[in-house]
Amino acid sequence: MKSASLAPMLEKAVAGRSPWQDARARFLRNKAAVVSLVLLVLITLACIVGPWLLPNEFDSTDWNATSVAPTLANWHLFGTDDTGRDLLVRCLIGGRVSLMIGALATLTSVTLGILWGAVAGFVGGRVDNAMMRIVDMMYAIPYLLIAILMVTLLGREFYLVVITITIFSWMDMARVVRGQTLSIRSKEYVEAARAIGVPTRRIIARHVVPNLLGIVAIYTTVTVPAVILTESVLSFLGLGVQEPMTSWGVLIQDGVGVMESSPWILLFPAALLSITLYCINFVGDGLRDALDPKDR
Amino acid sequence: MWSYTLRRVLLTLPTLLIVVTICYLLLHATPGGPFDGERKIPAEVLANLQAKYHLDEPLWKQYVFYLRDLLHGDLGASFRYADWSVNDLVLRALPVSLTIGGVSMLLAIVIGVALGIAAALRRNSIADYVLMLASNAGNAFPSFVLGPVLILVFAILLKWLPAGGWNDFQLRYMALPVALLVMINVATVGRVTRASLIEVLNTNYIRTARAKGLPMRTIVLRHALKPTLIPVVSVIGPLAISSITAAVVTESVFSLPGIGKLIVNGAANRDYTLVLGLVVLVTVVAVLLNLLVDLAYAWLDPKIRY
Repeated sequence: MKSASLAPMLEKAVAGRSPWQDARARFLRNKAAVVSLVLLVLITLACIVGPWLLPNEFDSTDWNATSVAPTLANWHLFGTDDTGRDLLVRCLIGGRVSLMIGALATLTSVTLGILWGAVAGFVGGRVDNAMMRIVDMMYAIPYLLIAILMVTLLGREFYLVVITITIFSWMDMARVVRGQTLSIRSKEYVEAARAIGVPTRRIIARHVVPNLLGIVAIYTTVTVPAVILTESVLSFLGLGVQEPMTSWGVLIQDGVGVMESSPWILLFPAALLSITLYCINFVGDGLRDALDPKDR
Repeated sequence: MWSYTLRRVLLTLPTLLIVVTICYLLLHATPGGPFDGERKIPAEVLANLQAKYHLDEPLWKQYVFYLRDLLHGDLGASFRYADWSVNDLVLRALPVSLTIGGVSMLLAIVIGVALGIAAALRRNSIADYVLMLASNAGNAFPSFVLGPVLILVFAILLKWLPAGGWNDFQLRYMALPVALLVMINVATVGRVTRASLIEVLNTNYIRTARAKGLPMRTIVLRHALKPTLIPVVSVIGPLAISSITAAVVTESVFSLPGIGKLIVNGAANRDYTLVLGLVVLVTVVAVLLNLLVDLAYAWLDPKIRY
């Protein structure tokens, strides 16, 4: 009799919301974050699909229509640059490059950071000490200069730019993951799991990894804009991808040269970059509030 | 304290050595030598030239020579600028960068601390909003967007200030670049000050001072300010690094003849020795600055015991 009445209660408890569902509900309630996320998705989609749908090519010059102000004619919605290339398509293609480098370099640096931090946190002792001193060293180096040196010496290939950015973008993640790993390792529930004989592999899978995911997600949203910025700075200095390929940094650099006579060539790519960065920041804030309710 | 100082200094040396070594090896890994011009040089002449610059020695020996020159403060000769050694180029560019960087750091710290204090004392006041706006803008508007916008507004539309150039320490020419660097860094200082002061104001001894009936001004200036500023010292190191990075962009935007401009030009011209020399120099300065800041921090904060 007793066990029969307990069974439905147990089922009810199992059907409760997981922390992740909770977090999603909290995120969806944050209007700024949701709007930013939608905008980001729209910008990304436009960059991927837009160049195929629009009639203009990103590298075809039209000498009859140089430096045209934004107009509906010929689909030059953002106008054209000083060699008559359509700015809208160039902005979208540049967005592809910027976002792609951003995504790839984020992926590599986040992976490196997680591995580095997790190993340091788990192994501890001397290994931890040595690994974290290396992180300290990396922080003391003015990374942009080394990046300039690397790009100068090794070349300006797409993957080299990704590698260069990765080398100087993984340390934050490593520090955070190490700290989190250390604190999870000494939590009572991990001790309890150990005491009842749960194998280490299962402890890592059930307790450590899920607790790392939140903070990893939050710091990933910090890494993405930083990485996109680094790529843009390199491009802006003339050390990123090469013509006729382009990225937002290259387009902004082009625009600076002619901003007196045709300011839209500067303003459109600058606005796109700023809006994207702003949106990522808002999404990051939303994620932090959603995943870390203590920290509000 | 002494053992901490010693450990910290000992950690600095390998950092410097590793950076120099990696940069040097990177330089050597690139194809092409300094005398691979379009005009063929006779083999005997080339051999003489290589002997003069020790290029015929094994790599480790060249590296030792380079380190020896470096320790004597000699960064070598430029690949591209005839008659110029890297030292000469650096000496001409350094005052520009140091002036802009120093003035802007000082202003950013003073304005940032003032804003941070105002924001902490009156939350949701104008100062608080200005600070929030500045830190948000700093995230979304990078220096290479903000700089051109400043030029567009103040030089082209309003015609108040020159769009770029240097002109021998004239204030009019320094205004925009300094303003840009201050705008980039002021939010960092402001936010740290704000958070730190809010924490200090919650401590027991501040409550005691309040209970004694001291006016708020006295409490902040006499009791709260000193401990508030300790965390501010700790951001000076990262601030300097970000200033160096921003200086590269700022000097390109405003065409200032500083270190940053030199390094970008060197990179564009593939002037290897110049870029290597500048990277080594700036890294040494940055690492030493970080060391000083860490030591000052440990010395200032009595709670830290090593």
